Amino acid sequence: MRRVAITGAGTVNALAFDVAGTLAAMSAGRCGIGALEMRDVERLSIRIGAQVRGWEADARFDRQELTLYDRVTQFTLEASRQAVAQAGLDFTGALGLQAGVVLGTAAGGLTTWDESYRAVYAEGKNRVHPLVVPKLMNSAPASHVSMQTGIRGPVFTVSSACASSNHAMGLAFQLVRSGAVTAMVTGGAEAMLSFGGIKAWEGLRVMSPDGCRPFSADRNGMVMGEGAAVFVFEDLDHARARGAGILAEVAGFGMTSDAGDIVMPNVEGAGRAIAAALRDAGMAPEEVGYVNAHGTGTAANDRIEAAALRGVFGPALAGVAVSSTKAMHGHVIGGTGAIELLACILALRDGVIAPNLGYGAPDPDCALDIVAGAAREKPVAAVLSNAFAFGGLNAVLALRRA
Amino acid sequence: MTIAHHIRTIIAEQAVLDLADVSLDSRLDALGLDSLGLVETIFAIEEAYDVSVPFNANDPAASGFDLSTVGSVVMAVERLVAAKAA
Repeated sequence: MRRVAITGAGTVNALAFDVAGTLAAMSAGRCGIGALEMRDVERLSIRIGAQVRGWEADARFDRQELTLYDRVTQFTLEASRQAVAQAGLDFTGALGLQAGVVLGTAAGGLTTWDESYRAVYAEGKNRVHPLVVPKLMNSAPASHVSMQTGIRGPVFTVSSACASSNHAMGLAFQLVRSGAVTAMVTGGAEAMLSFGGIKAWEGLRVMSPDGCRPFSADRNGMVMGEGAAVFVFEDLDHARARGAGILAEVAGFGMTSDAGDIVMPNVEGAGRAIAAALRDAGMAPEEVGYVNAHGTGTAANDRIEAAALRGVFGPALAGVAVSSTKAMHGHVIGGTGAIELLACILALRDGVIAPNLGYGAPDPDCALDIVAGAAREKPVAAVLSNAFAFGGLNAVLALRRA
Repeated sequence: MTIAHHIRTIIAEQAVLDLADVSLDSRLDALGLDSLGLVETIFAIEEAYDVSVPFNANDPAASGFDLSTVGSVVMAVERLVAAKAA
């Protein structure tokens, strides 16, 4: 089986519109959460989020592109452009036939749904823009990346709620490792911070009105973010042969289902996914220096994630630094695992563990070595990135230093 | 319909019980109302009375809306309705 290298990365999120800016913000422990700015915000009970501000879509895309690109596609295309440029791969020739795109999103072009429903229901209009369907479909970002890069192999979108981009990157990893393709453009995106999107989440009563505090005793819910992160996964030998810079090695992937509850997470199912990722990577728990936790800041997730980690790592957990970076970039739902992979690269490449902001007081149910307050310098050779979705869908990636 | 009767009806429907099995001193957890049932119950109350129930599933105690028994829910709704009329 082939080994899999990450040779390119790109992102747009509330912290920055590129990887360098995002890693600098993570190292500095900067919080991207603030007051939401949108039409009808006074009708929302949740008014904070990690919004991408100052995006200026009109200046980035022409009129024809804007008719086809929902916000989720816009973020994806910019992140993909950065990742492919860094990798230095040209997919317009034969390589494009040996490459694919697999991206994750939970809600796809939700803003387009939202605006079109407003037009026909609230404003009484009898028609919507003729290109609404290709704009809102969940696979639109993947198709546009394919069209822009010339990638002509396996191209599709996976959707598994908050685990979408981890599932996407896990599949991309498996496709490269198996030899089916030479390279994959992969990651995920979400742009659910629209009025209707927040209204839907408000109903669940799991959102915090005042801040994201993962694993802290005073946590009271999640805070939503938006954005994208996209990577180039490449056959490691292919990358070495052409002298490409390698950001990290994807070493293993584990995925499981709880077969339990549609919203409550489960210790056993999460633990099996963590153990499966370690096993797939041939990685001993003692090797792992950092876990980028799912850490949503809800009462249930953080308690159950901590129990799952304790169950798998046992005494080795003492050597594992843990942080949830969601208190900086928000919970980017289907794109969150991709943005969190950037924190894993920061740890592996630079030996900097991004902090878990908002950690005020320890919770005995979340007894972990939480990197609270500020980043921690610690050389790490291996990391895990957890994602545990509504519906009991768990996806965990294992990475090693390049 | 009194508020008490109406709240009992809402909770009985969510817990899939006969109205006779839902009394004011019934505890919600004892009625088998899970977290989703609780969220749906609160939604039904908000819709019926056009009020906003301050409930966060992460920290139910902090909401000030006592969800321990059917009777405590009735009293909390009566307070919200009175506050709305004032």
